[in-house]
Amino acid sequence: MKGLMKKVVAVSMAAAMVVPMVGCGGSDGSKSASSDDGKHYLNIWCWNDEFQSRFNDYYPEVKEVSKDKSTTTLNDGTIVKWTINENANNNYQNKLDEALLAQESADDNDKIDIFLVEADYALKYVDSDYTLDVVNDIGLTEDDLSDQYQYTKDIVTDSNGAQKGTSWQATPGLFAYRRSIAKAVLGTDDPTEVQAALSDWDKFDAVAEQANAAGYKMLSGYDDSYRTFSNNVSTPWVTDNEVNVDPQIMRWVEQTKNYTDKGYNNKTSLWSDGWASDQGPDGDVLGFFYSTWGINFTLLGNALADPDGAQEVGNGAYGDWAVCEGPAPYYWGGTWLCAANGTDDVDTIKDVMLKLTCDKDIMSSMTRNQEIQDYTNTVSGMDEIANDESYGSDFLGGQNHVALFSETAQKIDMSNVGAYDQGCNESIQKAFKDYFDGNVTMDEAKENFEKTITEKYPEITKVNWPE
Amino acid sequence: MSGKKIKSKGGAVSYAKWGYIFILPFFLAFAIFQLVPLCSTIYYSFFEYYRSGLSIIGPNFVGLDNYKSLFESDFLEYAGNTFVLWIAGFIPQIVVSLILAAWFTDQRLRIKGKQFFKVVIYMPNLIMASAFSMLFFALFSDIGPVNGFLATIGAIDPSHPIRFFSSIGWTRALIALMNFLMWFGNTTILLMAAVMGISPSLFEAAELDGANHRQIFFKVTLPNIRPILVYVLITSMIGGLQMFDVPQILTNGSGNPNRSSMTLLMFLNSHLYSKNYGLAGALSVILFIVSAILCLVVYFSLNKEDSPANSKHSKKKAKH
Repeated sequence: MKGLMKKVVAVSMAAAMVVPMVGCGGSDGSKSASSDDGKHYLNIWCWNDEFQSRFNDYYPEVKEVSKDKSTTTLNDGTIVKWTINENANNNYQNKLDEALLAQESADDNDKIDIFLVEADYALKYVDSDYTLDVVNDIGLTEDDLSDQYQYTKDIVTDSNGAQKGTSWQATPGLFAYRRSIAKAVLGTDDPTEVQAALSDWDKFDAVAEQANAAGYKMLSGYDDSYRTFSNNVSTPWVTDNEVNVDPQIMRWVEQTKNYTDKGYNNKTSLWSDGWASDQGPDGDVLGFFYSTWGINFTLLGNALADPDGAQEVGNGAYGDWAVCEGPAPYYWGGTWLCAANGTDDVDTIKDVMLKLTCDKDIMSSMTRNQEIQDYTNTVSGMDEIANDESYGSDFLGGQNHVALFSETAQKIDMSNVGAYDQGCNESIQKAFKDYFDGNVTMDEAKENFEKTITEKYPEITKVNWPE
Repeated sequence: MSGKKIKSKGGAVSYAKWGYIFILPFFLAFAIFQLVPLCSTIYYSFFEYYRSGLSIIGPNFVGLDNYKSLFESDFLEYAGNTFVLWIAGFIPQIVVSLILAAWFTDQRLRIKGKQFFKVVIYMPNLIMASAFSMLFFALFSDIGPVNGFLATIGAIDPSHPIRFFSSIGWTRALIALMNFLMWFGNTTILLMAAVMGISPSLFEAAELDGANHRQIFFKVTLPNIRPILVYVLITSMIGGLQMFDVPQILTNGSGNPNRSSMTLLMFLNSHLYSKNYGLAGALSVILFIVSAILCLVVYFSLNKEDSPANSKHSKKKAKH
C-alpha cells in the first residue's frame, strides 16, 4: 500500500513538472483549431464597458448579446469578441502593446481589429504603424467625417496629417454643482448666475471662501481642478526629451495647497471612495470639474442613494445637480476607436465607425437617452438639441446642458497634446499629493516627480520648472 | 540487492540511468523556465534596452552603466524601506508564532480544538495578497469602517478622520500588520512541527528536575528548534526581499507617502512601465546575488547543525 502511494505521488510529481511545458506547447494547436470551426471573430479591445454598451444598444447590425456580455453576434454571423482590461497601473496599455507587437504572427481570428484609446495617450498609437488611416485605409469619406468636432479629429491625426481614429463623443469640460449647496452659498442655483460667480479663478477662490464660511467645501480633493489648468498650458509636456512643467500646473499646485490648508476641500483623490461619496446624497461639496461623459458615466451613479433603484428625482441627489462652464475652458478624456493594422475586417470596421461615429441620428438619440446624455460628436445634431426647448436632462433638474456646450466644444484647442501626457499627468498628481498632505516640501515633491518621470520614460534628460 | 542483480547480468546493467530519467522533467522545466530567463536577465543588464511608446530602443551594449545609474538612484533607500517593512512584520510574527507553538504543543496545557485554531491562523495566507490589500485599503480609507468605528466610540472627531495612507508611519505599520497576519500561521505550523520533533523525554526530565514553563521554553525548546528558527528567518528574509504585492496594491504602485513604502521590487516594477529591461535586469541581478548569499547562509547553517549533533552522538557511544 505504501509502495503504491509512493508510486502515485512520484508519477503525479513528474506529471506536475511536465504539464506546464505541454500546456505552453499546446496552446498554438488549440488556437488554430478554433479558427477551423467556421466562425468569424471581430476583436475589440477596451478598458471598460462604456463603448460595449453603446455598441450593443446602438449598432443596428447587432443580433444578440451573449449572457455574460463577452460576445455580441452580428446579423452577418460575425462574433464580436470583447477584451476588457482594466486601466489601473497602465494595465490596459501593457496588454494592448504586447498584443499589437504580436499582431503580425497572430491568427486572423485572434488579431485585434478595433482598439479604443484615450486622449492622454492617443498619439502613442496614432503616430505609429499599428493604426490604420480611417480615410485612405478604412474608406470613410471626408464628407462622412465633416459633421464631427474638429478637435476630435485633430487629436488622432498623426504627424503626416492622416486621421487614424474616430470618436462618438466630444468632451468639453464643465463644472457640475449641487443646486441645493449653490443656493445656500450663492443664493441661487441658476446656471447663468452661478457661472457669473465662477467665471474666473479669482472669483472661484472667493466663492470657495464663502462656501467654507457656510460650512461647505468648494472641491472634493486634490486633483479636481487639475484638468482645468493642465489643458490651458502653453507648451506640450515633452519637447526634445525635456519635460516642461507649465506655469499653469504650478498654479494648480498653489491653489490646491491653499484650499487644503484652509479646509476648502475634503483631501480626497480622484476616483477614491471618499471622492465618490462626496458626490452622493450626503456630500458637502459644492461642485466637481467633470467632462460631459462624467455626468452619465460617473456622477449619476455616485449621486444615487440607492444605486439599483429607479433613476428619478427622490433617489439621492438625482435632479439636484446642474452644470456651468466654470472658470476656464478645458476638455477631459474622450474615447476614440482605432482600426488596428493587420485587421481582416475592414468592411465591418468601416460600418461600425460610420454608424456609431458619423451617423447623426444614432448619435443624437444617444444624447437624448436620459440614461446616457452623452455629448456626441455631431455638430449639427448637437445644435438641433441645443435649440430644442423641450429637451432637458432630468438628472440636471431639467437643464439643457447641450446648449451650454455647443458653442464651447468647437473652440477646444488640442495643439499641445502629446504622447507623454498620461505619464506626466499621473506622476505630477501623485508627487504633489504628498506636498498637499504636508509630508514633503515643495522641493521634495518636485524631486519625486523627476524620479518617477525618468523611471517611466528613460529617454527624458531634464525637467524644466517654471521660474 | 542491486549488487546481486548486477552480478547476475554480468555487471552490464546500471539502474542509475532511471534515476536520471526520473529527475529529467525537473531539470528540463528548470532550464526552460528558470535558467534561460536568468541568463538573459544577466545578459540584458549590460544593455540599454527599453520602449519609447511602441518603438523599441536598443539593445545597445553599455557595460556597467545600468549598475552605475542604479547606485546613483535611491536604490539603497528602497533597500532600507524593504528592510524596515520586513523587520516590522517579522518580529511580531516570530514572537507570536513561538508563543502559539509552545502553547499548542504543551502537553500540560491540553488546549482544546487545536486543529481548529491551526486552520484559522493559517487562513489569512489563503487569501490572495492583492485581495487582502484591497480589503485593507477599503477598511482604512478616510471614510472607511475603521474611521467610522473610531468616530462612533468617540476616539476621533468625525470631520477629521485619521488619514492612514497619508501618514508614513501608518502606511508602513499597515503593510507590516498585513504581512504579519498572512505569515504567522505558516510559521506557527513550522515551529510546532519543530517542537514536536523534540524528544518528550527531554521535557519530562526538565519537569522532574523542577524546571518551570519559562525555563523549559528557553533552556529546552528554543535550543532544540534552532535549525528551524534559522530556516524560518532566512526564508522570511528572502520573501521580505521580494516584498511586492501588499505595498504595491495598498499604495497604488507609488510607494507614497514620499516613496517611504517603495520596496526594491516595486522600484523594479516602476522600470517596467517603459519595459526597461536593461535597468530592471541590473536590479534583478543585484537581488539575485543577495538572495543567493542568503541561501548559502541557510544551507551552511543547517549543515553545521548536523555536525555537533553527530559528534555528541559519537561521544555518547564512546562512553558506553
